[in-house]
Amino acid sequence: MRIPCPHCGARDAQEFTYLGDANPKRPDGMEATEAAMFDYVYQRDNPAGRFRELWYHGAGCHAWLVVTRDTKTHAIEAAEPAKPTKAGAAA
Amino acid sequence: MRYSVFSLLAQTLAGHKGWKPAWRDAAPKPEYDVLVIGGGGHGLATAYYLASQHGISNVAVIEKGYIGSGNVGRNTTIIRSNYLLPGNTPFYEHSMKLWEGLEQDINYNAMVSQRGVLNLYHSDAQRDAYARRGNAMRLAGVDAELLDREQVRAMVPFFNYETGRFPIQGGLLQRRGGSVRHDAVAWGYARAADQRGVDIVQNCEVTGLSIENGRVTGVETSRGPIKAKKIALAVAGNSSRLAAMAGMRLPIESHVLQAFVSEGVKPLIDTVVTYGAGHFYVSQSDKGGLVFGGDIDGYNSYAQRGNLPVIEDVMESAMALWPGIGRLRVLRHWGGIMDMSMDGSPIIDHTPIDGLYLNAGWCYGGFKATPASGWCFAHLIARDEPHPVATAFRLDRFTTGRVIDEKGVGAQPNLH
Repeated sequence: MRIPCPHCGARDAQEFTYLGDANPKRPDGMEATEAAMFDYVYQRDNPAGRFRELWYHGAGCHAWLVVTRDTKTHAIEAAEPAKPTKAGAAA
Repeated sequence: MRYSVFSLLAQTLAGHKGWKPAWRDAAPKPEYDVLVIGGGGHGLATAYYLASQHGISNVAVIEKGYIGSGNVGRNTTIIRSNYLLPGNTPFYEHSMKLWEGLEQDINYNAMVSQRGVLNLYHSDAQRDAYARRGNAMRLAGVDAELLDREQVRAMVPFFNYETGRFPIQGGLLQRRGGSVRHDAVAWGYARAADQRGVDIVQNCEVTGLSIENGRVTGVETSRGPIKAKKIALAVAGNSSRLAAMAGMRLPIESHVLQAFVSEGVKPLIDTVVTYGAGHFYVSQSDKGGLVFGGDIDGYNSYAQRGNLPVIEDVMESAMALWPGIGRLRVLRHWGGIMDMSMDGSPIIDHTPIDGLYLNAGWCYGGFKATPASGWCFAHLIARDEPHPVATAFRLDRFTTGRVIDEKGVGAQPNLH
């Protein structure tokens, strides 16, 4: 499996570390309910098919990427930086 | 037909022309008392114990492919009950006892071979941890022996004892552990369940669950709708997909785990050995191939095949432990899809939906649990209360903090 890193080009998946589903958002602040934290920490959609997931390019550009991959075929559709570019910054 | 030396002799004299199919290829009936989804080891064992222990025989097992095409035919066939935690030990020991009587019980040769399972340790700290686990096992009535380096060398003299980066110091041995012919487990349970009236319906994929007023009433399948009073999910690998049909999310990720077989060689290793300084384990099949495996690939997958980095990692561990293994060629390798639960332990429980039961989250260790999983799941379905040895495997343990972190190797927290 090779991941098309937007900064480094297509690189072996061995260069990356996997974190998993890119969708869960950590509940904000101390007011977050136990149910919301449980949902964030443990529950997963775990779809068969198109999946957006986080990979860290530790042996390359050190960037976190959101990779869109098919979990049934391992085919990668897109890889983009996890952190959106700040408005006004150079592309 | 009851299998015995006499039936074998009679068939031999008759030129083996009189063998009958081991189970009926049943078509689905419109309605059942219990519908088990998933014709793997756990689903078939559940149906068998529902019929044999609880007198519930209006049961169907429906399977999207053919019997044994999933993880029961994709594992590395090891059985053991060398667990530390009180939530686990009685359950896996119950499983071991069922293995010990399985072939007589289901009248099927599953080639149960108690050749021992030896976990190697490579440091003082690891020895202490293994001593603790061995003591916990013995307190729970499970056999365990702590071996020193020379005792290990006497058992398996061909490992690298001289120059390893992590020298072998000894091992924790469970002599009653071993291996079982995995396909025969599926076939044997299928035959035994069929003989007690269970319908085994193959090539029947579930496409939807019917739920009315918070109660499950049946399923939609590729072979038409089937009604059922109770529905049991035993579809590890695909549990999240089935649960999604009921509007549920689970604390599970699906990951691919690879396994390997070498070319066949003469008898070489007569036990099961796990390497303690990496994730690698090996045994030898009766056909002569070395059967071995290691870690999951580490990313969500439903593909039933993995990638090269983990293959390389497994081979490196193999060479570190046993340099001679490098002279063998790998004959084939494959992948299976694991339900990786978040604490690395299984779930056998009700769901919030009436009449819907869940058996899931087996991670690396589903095969050894097959008999007890079926036994306890059948108990839960028949009596609506958990079996005493499976009370810890609750679905809600992640909300209450009662997780069972035997090794802490679920999908999270990324300890792999």
